[in-house]
Amino acid sequence: MTSVWSGGRSPYAVNSKKFGMWLFIISDALTFSALLMAYTYVRLATPNWPTPFHFSPSIIFSTVMTFCLLSSSLTMVMGVHAMNHGRRKAAVAWILATMVCGAAFVVLHLTEWLNLIHNEHVTPFDNPWGVPLFGGTFFALTGLHMTHVVIGLIYLGIIAFAVARGKFKAEDVEVSGLYWHFVDLVWMFIFPLVYLMSAKI
Amino acid sequence: MSTHSEAIDRVDGATTKAFITVWFALLFMTGVEVLLAYEQIPVVIFLTALVGLSVIKAALIIAYFMHLKFEKLSLFLTLFPMLILCIILMLLIFMPDSNRLMMMRPR
Repeated sequence: MTSVWSGGRSPYAVNSKKFGMWLFIISDALTFSALLMAYTYVRLATPNWPTPFHFSPSIIFSTVMTFCLLSSSLTMVMGVHAMNHGRRKAAVAWILATMVCGAAFVVLHLTEWLNLIHNEHVTPFDNPWGVPLFGGTFFALTGLHMTHVVIGLIYLGIIAFAVARGKFKAEDVEVSGLYWHFVDLVWMFIFPLVYLMSAKI
Repeated sequence: MSTHSEAIDRVDGATTKAFITVWFALLFMTGVEVLLAYEQIPVVIFLTALVGLSVIKAALIIAYFMHLKFEKLSLFLTLFPMLILCIILMLLIFMPDSNRLMMMRPR
């Protein structure tokens, strides 16, 4: 009897695009893990670590941003679900709703960055508390995540456009969904470790 | 291409109800995290609680939204043990050292 691993069959029962996206997600997860680990290390090892995140606006903004990303994951999964059942129009509408939530996240995040730069005088290299590592690690981590969100918005835009024109299959929407959920998942670690750990009590 | 031919030929994992339940659970855990931030808890316990809740949230997203619960076990076994091992190695090697400065301070 031939094994499922002996060739000619997909041992994972997923298509190559999906498997490729999973491999990318795992490698990207390691990148973010290393960055989060480095951030948490300096956070714990620095006794005078600054706590610049006031309840209003920073914590309120970051909580609303978390709500936006969680909701965008829900709309994305509904889009994948609709596409799996051949409802292309509904899938496009759900993907557009996902993009609206994602865009709201980026706008809120940029507003929060500007608040930190202008009101708290934090830059990537300097801040009033004399802990330059705070700005360096904060902007590197949240900046890399925001880059992922922006790339996700472009990716979803292309997918929505193609699906609306009758191109692409359900699996393509599902693969883009995997990427989007991963971006959401990473924020589930950045929000508590970066914002809540440095909240001004 | 007819819409019928696009219909899936496999069992579609979760239902809309499951997705909404998971979404509510994720929102609830986020709320708990924000509440914890305003309680006076020692930093290491607070960090452990936050990471614990985040791991549960990540597991829910991976299982339901990313559909991994409904894929073959071989896919999970290929992807995740290696990732978890790498993260545990980083934790074991680097994290205990982050407390060094605190321990060195005069009491």
